[in-house]
Amino acid sequence: MTGHGTATMLERPQRRHVLDLDDFSREEIEQVFRAAEMMKEVLTRAIKQVPVLRGKTVVNLFWEASTRTRVSFELAAKSLSANVVSMTAAGSSVSKGESLLDTVRTLQALGADFIVIRHSESGAPYLVAQHFRGSVLNAGDGRHAHPSQALLDLFTIRERLGTIEGRKVVIIGDILHSRVARSNLWGLQTMGAHVVLCAPPTLLGAEAWWKQTWPGIEISYDLDEAVKGADVLMALRLQRERMQAGLLPSLREYSRHFALTAERVARARPEALVMHPGPMNEGIEIMPDVVTSPQSAIEEQVTNGVAIRMALLYLLAGGSQISL
Amino acid sequence: MGDAEVIDASGCCVAPGFIDLHCHLREPGQEEKETIATGTAAAARGGFTTVCAMPNTEPAIDTAAAVRNLLDIARREAVVHVRPIAAVTIGRQGKTLTEMAELAEAGAIGFSDDGSPVWDPHIMRQALQYSRMLGRPIMNHCEDRALVGNGVVNEGVVSTRLGLPGWPAAGEEAMVARDIALAELTGGHVHICHVSTAGSVRLIAEAKARGVNITAEVTPHHLVLTDQWVLGCMCADNSGGPLSPKMLMPYDTRTKVNPPLRREEDRQALIEGLRDGIIDCIATDHAPHTLVDKEVEYGQAAFGISALETALPLLLTLVNSARLDLIGLITALTVNPARIAGIKPISLGLGDPATLTIFDPQVTWTISAAKFASKGKNTPVDGQKVQGQVMLTMIEGRCVFRREGFGKGTGGRASRLEGVLDEE
Repeated sequence: MTGHGTATMLERPQRRHVLDLDDFSREEIEQVFRAAEMMKEVLTRAIKQVPVLRGKTVVNLFWEASTRTRVSFELAAKSLSANVVSMTAAGSSVSKGESLLDTVRTLQALGADFIVIRHSESGAPYLVAQHFRGSVLNAGDGRHAHPSQALLDLFTIRERLGTIEGRKVVIIGDILHSRVARSNLWGLQTMGAHVVLCAPPTLLGAEAWWKQTWPGIEISYDLDEAVKGADVLMALRLQRERMQAGLLPSLREYSRHFALTAERVARARPEALVMHPGPMNEGIEIMPDVVTSPQSAIEEQVTNGVAIRMALLYLLAGGSQISL
Repeated sequence: MGDAEVIDASGCCVAPGFIDLHCHLREPGQEEKETIATGTAAAARGGFTTVCAMPNTEPAIDTAAAVRNLLDIARREAVVHVRPIAAVTIGRQGKTLTEMAELAEAGAIGFSDDGSPVWDPHIMRQALQYSRMLGRPIMNHCEDRALVGNGVVNEGVVSTRLGLPGWPAAGEEAMVARDIALAELTGGHVHICHVSTAGSVRLIAEAKARGVNITAEVTPHHLVLTDQWVLGCMCADNSGGPLSPKMLMPYDTRTKVNPPLRREEDRQALIEGLRDGIIDCIATDHAPHTLVDKEVEYGQAAFGISALETALPLLLTLVNSARLDLIGLITALTVNPARIAGIKPISLGLGDPATLTIFDPQVTWTISAAKFASKGKNTPVDGQKVQGQVMLTMIEGRCVFRREGFGKGTGGRASRLEGVLDEE
């Protein structure tokens, strides 16, 4: 499998950035999976470290709060022996008014090879990519994209269900504001899954806005119907600010209609997976018993996140030419 | 007449000087973005002999003294005629009407809080009613802030794909509808700035058919570009047009403008509206910004396009594709804006003072923002290959811009400025 991967890899021009999944082919996604499998093996070793990025510098630029993605990228880079620097807006010159580009130019001058960026503004990683000579990994930008999350979701689905193609995946909740949903739409569409978006209309917008870009999808306002025959149920975090903005009448009504409950999970296929990118509002968009049920893949998502991020750094660094 | 210079304009069009009903010269207060000297030099290069300056300067043009000060600077620095537009409300705060009669006496051709809407319907009603005695238009930037929120691009397919907050068409149309009702109620003259949606065109058409005192303008960028430009190289680009959004990266902040670039359906409706006389004129909404204002995250970038120096070639794409005829285009740049601004229209009869623009509709060239006379290099069409170029601009017989190699002559102030800028 690795040998096959190497051959495919060498035929393709080297990817420089990971900004979204819209420019990933099925082959490239499978290549990431193969690399992630190797990384999972590395993470089971007594010494969970390989010298892939020795002498390279990875800067985590987290301009927006994050626990799992930031720690996950940090662990991934450290497991590959990189020098890792993590920055947040609060403790940096951003609090003194320094612009994003000034920061990027500074990091470049300091010798950064990779910038992993989390930012509240959609598109910020594209701005960085235009002005940085190294590689940029998007760790979540505004409502736009979260490619490493979508890849770890796809990887988890494949690991648990064997295949992605033809699977019915229901994404539930605040889709309008979700970068996880958008990157998953690209990835799931490319891998041949059937996607249903299920949310109240105020958290979705018009059907046509989605269908023009992702033609195969289905839109539903009825979760009880949508879960029928589903292979994957993916709940999204509901931001409480949506209530203040008048998009929802109450948390209570939202939860009654769109929470992932044991009853709703029971209507899906028996082996159906329950997923959530975190952080969760247990009792609002997902019930605690669902989170801990055997069908839940939420912890594996987190574990697989490290392997996926190692795989992405590894492939950007040159992939197969480096021995593990 | 014996010693008069003969300008060989064979193959070129000679038109009355263009009038821009809507531009931002930024002086006083934001001279880092533009000054009256640089903005009017840009106007001359674009073929404009009169520009109407919006009052959202710092401070706003909301007193007769501010109007006179602006005209004083213009007298000293300007390359083309500058006609001030004064604020509707003090400080453009939307609360108290300015002394409109005194402002009109000082030289204001109309009133606008542009950059912001006159959001309070009661104040808008009073402005329309009061201005009746002055015969000057209230020029409204129609944007319902409650609907638009933090929207930065047209709400629809592109905003959904890019995850950018949407600026819905209804945010414009709701206020256009309100202003029509108020114009009907008062008989006042409402002028709708930078119309951008098919729905607004329908509303204005219906109001005009009823005889409402309403006029409207459209910008070259809303006539030629769409929200596909925000996708840049990710767009499908099946337009087959001469301009290619694929030259841009996604999220290029030079595509960020208010109102935002809209859908292809809207663009087509705007072209038809202009052709059918529902939209009266073309105005650039020239909005120069510094690099610092634009080289930031999309959501944080300033709104606006530096438009004076690219207006003509962009508009000529519509003539070349037979969507507009040349006479209609020139009318929308000359006679019609003159009528709205209450400026005497320019005629090009024998013995008239020569206030005119000569442009070559055939010549192809590549837009280079770096060479703009404007301080604002913020245009999404930088680097595009276009057809049609202004060769000479003349005010009352005096050359204010002359492209190098286009005959030889007296050389006015702008052509000297041009020389300086070209050396840079």
